[in-house]
Formats: sequence, C-alpha cells, structure tokens
Amino acid sequence: MSDAGPIALSLFLQVILLCAGAPLISGIIRKTKARLQHRRGAGIFQPYADLAKLMRKDVIIPAAASWVFRTTPYLVFSSTLVIALLVPTVLVPVLLNPAGDIITVVYLFALGRFFIALAGLDTGGAFGGLGASREMSIASIIEPAMMLAIFTAAVTAGSTNLSTIAAALSSSPASMFNPAHLLAFSGLFIVTMAETGRIPVDNPDTHLELTMIHEAMILEYSGRYMAFIELSSQMKLAIFLALLSNMFFPFGMAHSAAAGAVLSGCAAFASKVLVLAVVVAVVESTNAKLRLFRVPELLMVAFILSLLALILFFIIGA
Amino acid sequence: MPDWADFRYPAFTFMITGYVLGAFLPGIAGLFARGRSGAAPDRVMKNLGFTLALASSVAGCILSLAILISGKALHVEMRQSLPFGAMAIHADGLSAFFLGVICLIGTAVSAYSLGYADAYYRRKSMALFVMLYNLFLLSMAGVVTAGHALLFLFFWEAMSLVTFFLINFEHEDAASRRAAFLYVVMAHTGTALLVVMFLFLFSGTGTMDFSALSGGGNRLPAAAQSVVFLCAIAGFGVKAGIIPFHIWLPEAHPAAPSNVSALMSGVMIKMGIYGIVRVCFDFLGPDFPEWWGLLILILAVTSSVLGVLYALMEHDLKRLLAFHSIENIGIILMGVGGALLFASLGNRLLASLALLAGLYHVLNHATFKGLLFLGAGSVNRATHTRNIEELGGLAKRLPWTAVFFLTGAAAISALPPLNGFVSEWLTFQALFLGFHIADLSVKIAVPLTVALLALTGALAAACFVKAFGITFLGLPRSDRAGNAHESSPAMIAAMGSLALLCVVFGLAPGLVLSVLDPLAGSLPGTHVTGGNVLQGGIMLAPSGDSSGISPLILGVTIILGGGIALAAGLLAGGRLRRREAPTWACGLPALTPRMQYTATGFSKPIRMIFATVFRARHEIEVSAESSPYFRPSISFELKTEPLFLKYMYEPAYRAITGSARMFRRVQTGHIQTYLAYIFCTLVLLLLFAR
Repeated sequence: MSDAGPIALSLFLQVILLCAGAPLISGIIRKTKARLQHRRGAGIFQPYADLAKLMRKDVIIPAAASWVFRTTPYLVFSSTLVIALLVPTVLVPVLLNPAGDIITVVYLFALGRFFIALAGLDTGGAFGGLGASREMSIASIIEPAMMLAIFTAAVTAGSTNLSTIAAALSSSPASMFNPAHLLAFSGLFIVTMAETGRIPVDNPDTHLELTMIHEAMILEYSGRYMAFIELSSQMKLAIFLALLSNMFFPFGMAHSAAAGAVLSGCAAFASKVLVLAVVVAVVESTNAKLRLFRVPELLMVAFILSLLALILFFIIGA
Repeated sequence: MPDWADFRYPAFTFMITGYVLGAFLPGIAGLFARGRSGAAPDRVMKNLGFTLALASSVAGCILSLAILISGKALHVEMRQSLPFGAMAIHADGLSAFFLGVICLIGTAVSAYSLGYADAYYRRKSMALFVMLYNLFLLSMAGVVTAGHALLFLFFWEAMSLVTFFLINFEHEDAASRRAAFLYVVMAHTGTALLVVMFLFLFSGTGTMDFSALSGGGNRLPAAAQSVVFLCAIAGFGVKAGIIPFHIWLPEAHPAAPSNVSALMSGVMIKMGIYGIVRVCFDFLGPDFPEWWGLLILILAVTSSVLGVLYALMEHDLKRLLAFHSIENIGIILMGVGGALLFASLGNRLLASLALLAGLYHVLNHATFKGLLFLGAGSVNRATHTRNIEELGGLAKRLPWTAVFFLTGAAAISALPPLNGFVSEWLTFQALFLGFHIADLSVKIAVPLTVALLALTGALAAACFVKAFGITFLGLPRSDRAGNAHESSPAMIAAMGSLALLCVVFGLAPGLVLSVLDPLAGSLPGTHVTGGNVLQGGIMLAPSGDSSGISPLILGVTIILGGGIALAAGLLAGGRLRRREAPTWACGLPALTPRMQYTATGFSKPIRMIFATVFRARHEIEVSAESSPYFRPSISFELKTEPLFLKYMYEPAYRAITGSARMFRRVQTGHIQTYLAYIFCTLVLLLLFAR
C-alpha cells in the first residue's frame, strides 16, 4: 500500500464490515435458525436494537469484583477490534498489515479470552469460575487446531501474513481445492463453531447451569459492559467467517482500490459470509449440543484434521 | 562519550569485588554490632549485603552491555602454574548475554531482598543469608565468564553447593531438607557427566581452554562427539530442569526463600542452556548429525507440554511456577533444537533465527519468571501460605502486587504485546520457515512441534487464569487472605521494574534484537541474519519473507481501541452509571467464599481431557452417620501419578540400593578381612603388574 486512498478505504471497509456489520450476521443466523424451527423470529436487525438498549442501561457491578471486571469489556472489545483491522475482508491489503500476522490473530483472541475468564473468576460466584474453567480448557485444544489449520493456508503462500496468503491463493485458484486445504478448512470450521460458542459445543441462546460455557463467564455483566462483550462476540464470529472465506477461498477479493474491484469484492465477501452464516445456522439447528466431556473429542477431530492437512500438504507437495 | 570497550575491566573488577565484599563484609560488620540489642545488627548486615549485591549487579549489567556493544571480549589471565595450562576468565558475546540476564534479574531481586529479608530478623542468621546470596550471584557470573574447563567446573560446583545451602536455609522444615538432598544428588550426577564430557573433549583436543576448544570439537571422532553431546544434554539438562531430569526442580524452587527462588527459576536454570549452547555450537560446531537437533526437539516438546500440564495440577503457588519453568525451558530448547536441526541440514540463516528465538526467550523468561516468583514471595509474606485454595481477593488488598503479577502472568501466557509473545512468535516463525526444508524428518517434526507449542501456550494461559484468578480475584477463602497487607516499597519497586521490562522487551524488541542478532549469527553453525529480523527499528520480519509484526503498533492500537470503546459508550448512552450489587448466589441468602470455584475444580476439565497423562486417583470419604442430603463433612483427596518418579527414578533407586546391598557382603567390618583383601591385592599386583 503506497498511497493514502486504499488505506482509508480499507480502514473504512474493515470497520464497517467486521465491527458494524457483525450484529447483522448474528441477526441473520438467528433468523435462519428461527425459520428452520418454523418460528417467525425477530428481524435481522434486532441485535442492533439490543446493543443500543444495553448501551444506555446502568451497569451493575458485583460486590466482590475488582478493577479486572471493569476493565475487561473495553480490553476484550479493543483486542477484537485490532483483529478486525488485521483480517482482510474486501481488499487484499489491510490497514494494520505490517503490524501482525495470523499468529498474532490467534494470540489476540487468547488475550481477550484470558481477561474474560479472569472477569468470570472476579465475580466471586460459582458460575464465573465454572465458565472460566470450561472456556480455558476447551480453548487449550482449539488453539493448536486453529494454529495448524491456519498454518496450512500459510504454507501455501510461504508467509504468515494474512494479505500475502490471500493474494497468493487468489493467484493460484487450483490450490484452493487441494485436499490438504479442504481438510484444514473443515478443521477451522469446527474451531469456528467452538470458538464462537455455537452448538454442538456451547449454546449462545441459553443460560442453563449445567451446559453453559461462555454465558457462564459473563453472567454478571450488564448494561454497557454487556453491550461491549456482546458486540465483541459478534465481531469474533464475523472475523472467523472472514478468515474461513478469505484464507481458504479468496474469490473476488479486490487487489486495488479501484471502484469496480471494490464493489465486486464487497459483493463476493457478502455472499461468502452469507453462505457461511446459513451453514452455521443449519449446523446449529440440525445438531444436538454435546455433553461437556464429549466436546474434547470433537475438538480433537479438528486438531487431527488440521495436523493431517499440514502433513498431507508435504506428502502430495502442492 | 567514551568507548564502551573501556568500561569492561573497571566494571568487571567492581562486580567481582562487590560480590566478594557483599559476601563477607556484612558478617564482619555483624561481629562488631553483636552487642546491640534487637534487630539492629541484622538490619545493618541486610542493608550492607544486599546494597553491595545491587551495586555489583548493576556493574555486571554495564559489563555485559560493554562487551555486547563494543563486540570486544573480556579476557583476564590468571597467573598460576597448574598442570592444566593457564586459566583465564574469558567473556565473549554469548557469555556477556547470559551475564546480562544474571545481573539484570540480580539487580531487581537484590532490591526486592532489601524489603523481603526483614522477615528473617532475629530468626535466622542474616550474615549467612547475605553471604550465600552474594556467593550465589558470584558463582553464576563465574560460570558464564569462565574461560577454562576447570574454572568452569569450580564455579559450577560452587553454584550447586551454595544453592544447596540456600534451599536448606529454612532447614527446620523437613520438606526443605528433603528437597535440598534431592537437589544435591541430582546436581552432582549432572556434574559427574560434565566431567566426563570435558575429559572426552580434552582427549580429542588436548586442551581445556575454552577459546582453544571453540570449534575444536570437530577434531573428535564422530562417536566421541556424540558422547560429548549426550553428556552435555544430560549434565546441563539436570540443571536446566529438562524432563526427565527435572524431579528436583519442583521440590527445590519452592523450598528456597522467594528471592532466591526468583534467581533460581529466572536465572540459574538458564546456566544449563548456556552450557548446551556453548558446547553444542561453540565447541562441536559447525557440523552436526541430524539426530542431535531432533533429540533436543523431542526433549523440548516433552518438557514444555508435561511441564505445563503438571503446573495445572498444582495449587502451591511456587510449585506451580516451578513447573512453568520446566515448560519455558522446553520452549527455549525448541529454539535451540530447531537451530541445531536447521544447521545440520545446512540452513545456517534459519539456524540463527531459531537460536535467536531461543536466546530471546531466555531473557524474557528470566524477566517474567523472576517477576512472578517475587510476586509469589509477596503473597507468601502477606498471607503466610502458598496454597492458593486458601487465597482469593488479594487484588483489593495487594493492589500493586496484583497488577505486576498480572503483567507477568500475561507475559508468560504469550499474550500480545508483551515480551513472551514476541519470543514465542519468533519461535513459531523459525519453525514455520523450516517447513520449506526438503527433509522427511523435518517435515514431520516441525508441524508437531508447532502444534505442541500452540498447545503449551494455550495451557499456560489456562494455568495463569487459574493462578491469578484464584489467588487475586473473587472473595478471600480464608482469614489469612482477608487480612493481608501490601508489601514494602522496595519490594513493590523491584516487581514494578521487572514488569516494566516485560512491557519494554515486548514493545521494543529492536532493543534486544540489535544485540542478539549478531550474537546468534556469530556462533559456528549459524550465519549472521544481516539485520533482516529488524527493519525500521520496531518491525520483526524474518528473512526472505514479508510477514512481520510490530508489537508497538499492536500495543498502541489496543489502547486506542479501548479509548474508542469509552468514547462510543459515552456517545451512545452518556455517562456510565454504575451500581454495586451482590453477585447472584443461586437464590441462597448470601454469597460465601465456599461457593467459588477452587483451583482443583478449575483444572478438572483438563484433568479429564489429559487423563492418560495424569492417571489421577481420588478418594472421597463421607461421614457415615448423617443423612444423605446434609452431610457434616466430606473429605476429598486427589493424587496424580508422578510418571517419571515411578517408572524411571524408583527402579533406578532400587537397582542402586540393591547392588549396594550386594556389595555390603564384601564389607564384613572385621579388620582381619580387610587385611586379607590387602594381602590378596598385593599378591595379585605382584603377579600381574610387575
């Protein structure tokens, strides 16, 4: 990126798509799930109304909590925002491109998770610890699976830089359908379901003591704090869908800031994310939630898929 | 501005004199102050001893910088006529880097000790404590600057013995005595292997002088080189705490006073890494068999994964940290092993990148582990317990300790933009670039190492959520935690300075890399990366590749993002109105600390996922006479199986005691028998050795 035009455009698009657009994706998933269950469901813009309401409401702080509880919502939001600035959406170059790569993305997610888990323990109640313990245990298997899946895409490009990967893959479309690549994609898809707290790993719509993971950690959050935590979760889902589409199938991404390229890039990105969102909703609707101690088995599948992908990559030598 | 090289000799003299004076002067001063009543003599000795240690450590830092910046080694010939040739102190770049690590942590820990050692007034011998402390630092400085094998072994032994006494410092506790004994046995087994190693090197090269040995190991036959390598791995591995030579470490580090634990975990175990790098690269380089690197990688992943898994099962804060030292030694060895592997395949550029990652992690681990142990010391001082199941809510009672401990916890969990992240990122990059080497064992070893490094990082984060969350957050689980008070200003300042270093080494890796890069590339078997790791001062970009990170930009963006969130909140909903209310207690009348998750409960899912490793057994006893719904007491006991102790050390111990019992038959205890032995020996010698 040499001139200021693409930089500003990239910044604008990243923020619009991954931050402001994230609640819409959640809304679409919820709507699809409702339709699949023969319900009418709330409108796809409902998450925006929820966030706006939460923003205006008072915050209730548990008596036991310390500054960790009060800082966490901002830290979680800002670390997710940094990731949103790193993951290419429509344009191949991104604003923070030289500042971080996919390893950074994995560890920035870890940063947010670390503090959310601490905030759970900070409330002094039973549920916070329960959620923190489960989330960190599950994350300890997700993280290596995610790293391996993403590394498979990176090896194709010979770089861990997100933009370089997207550029390298779109220049050789054949490598998108390499078996190793597809294995890694399915590994990362399972990781996405687990990381974003979706069925069959966790259920974002329930507060049932025995099964909840993510919701248990944030049980004591309310008002504006809750708004930031919710928005961060929605952004996390959007980022994962962007990773799935652009690290594996970077069709139609804009390589320059030319108006036509950007418009078709927007259309391509929107359609890819829409397809993935519907797939997520269908998977959620057609599967039952797994018992907690069966979850590691599913995640191990993701891990093995990604490891196989990486080793297969060398054997068939793409 | 004078030349940095001019500082070398004055700084060296100051450092050595300071440590020696610090060791003996307080004792002499104590003799004169003996008549005084109360804690006055102890205070004099403490202030004198630790101030001298502080000043000498600062001098050591200057010495290290002087050598690294000027690029000129320090060489002091010692005039004497021993049959082993002239002895010398010789400190090149590698020595200087490790000396810098020792003295940097030594400075902070000495400042901390000024506050921490108060607890020993009139209870323990302060003269002995400061003497051992100063000698400990001196012996470590000696180990890394020794230029001759005998001098090296002398300092190595001194270091082992001094730490033996320090572990045993609170010898009233039977656990300390056991830990010290186990340590001294393991340390001497290691030293014995090092003696064998140097003898092999001597037999092949005819010298024990390090500068002559440098690159001289190549003259040895291949088999002898491998013996030297294996002796180095095992001998230095004992000190470094590599699994399976680690059994002393989780016992010894918690037993010592916390300031000493910080030095042992932060610095002393790195002496093992120094030894491995010195022998493998400097002496045996530049050509290695491929299996050396693979062996180190296997040991590295075993140490890191098992180390962090065992740490997760601990609820003794210092034992938990000790197991994390094993984990981090594993991460360092991933860099070192990767470097050996890549060098053996002729990719010297990649080798130096991997070594760079390992050495950077040496420095980073020293800062955050030193910090965490000092934090554990403050917690221990404030609550008189190391059991985190009894703690909780300390963030409100020890606010500064909590902030600094959290910084260390985030750094060790490799969270960006702190220093642990930067060195683990470099390790990932070195391994990632190794993917392109066309060699089957690399293609299998490297992805596995990457996967296990990621697993280690995630598990470490889980463990530190537990360690920080259970200790500092929530409600206090006992009166000990409820009545705790913040530590003294000297201790807070020391922790603060290390926390600051964790941030600085994270945000500005250029500071460290500009000195480390030429060093990691100058050893035999590596190649100068030519500044490719460092572009524009802050950017990290491994050679031949466009990927890089800038922790500084990341850090600034994270803070900006927080500001944006605050502003967005204000715009959307006005000023934030906060209200305090009790945490929901599931409908019970009040929240009690017992409703919180315990450390044992926190790690239960991990215990179930990795059940094959832990082989945990638990026993639950319920008092019998009560009703099935309201039970007055339930006792719960949980044990995980110590694999290495059970399947490696206990059989070895049985074999040794068994054979000793056999030999006992020869020892009758009657003088006549011994005279008969002597007579027989004499006759046999006369017959065969004429």
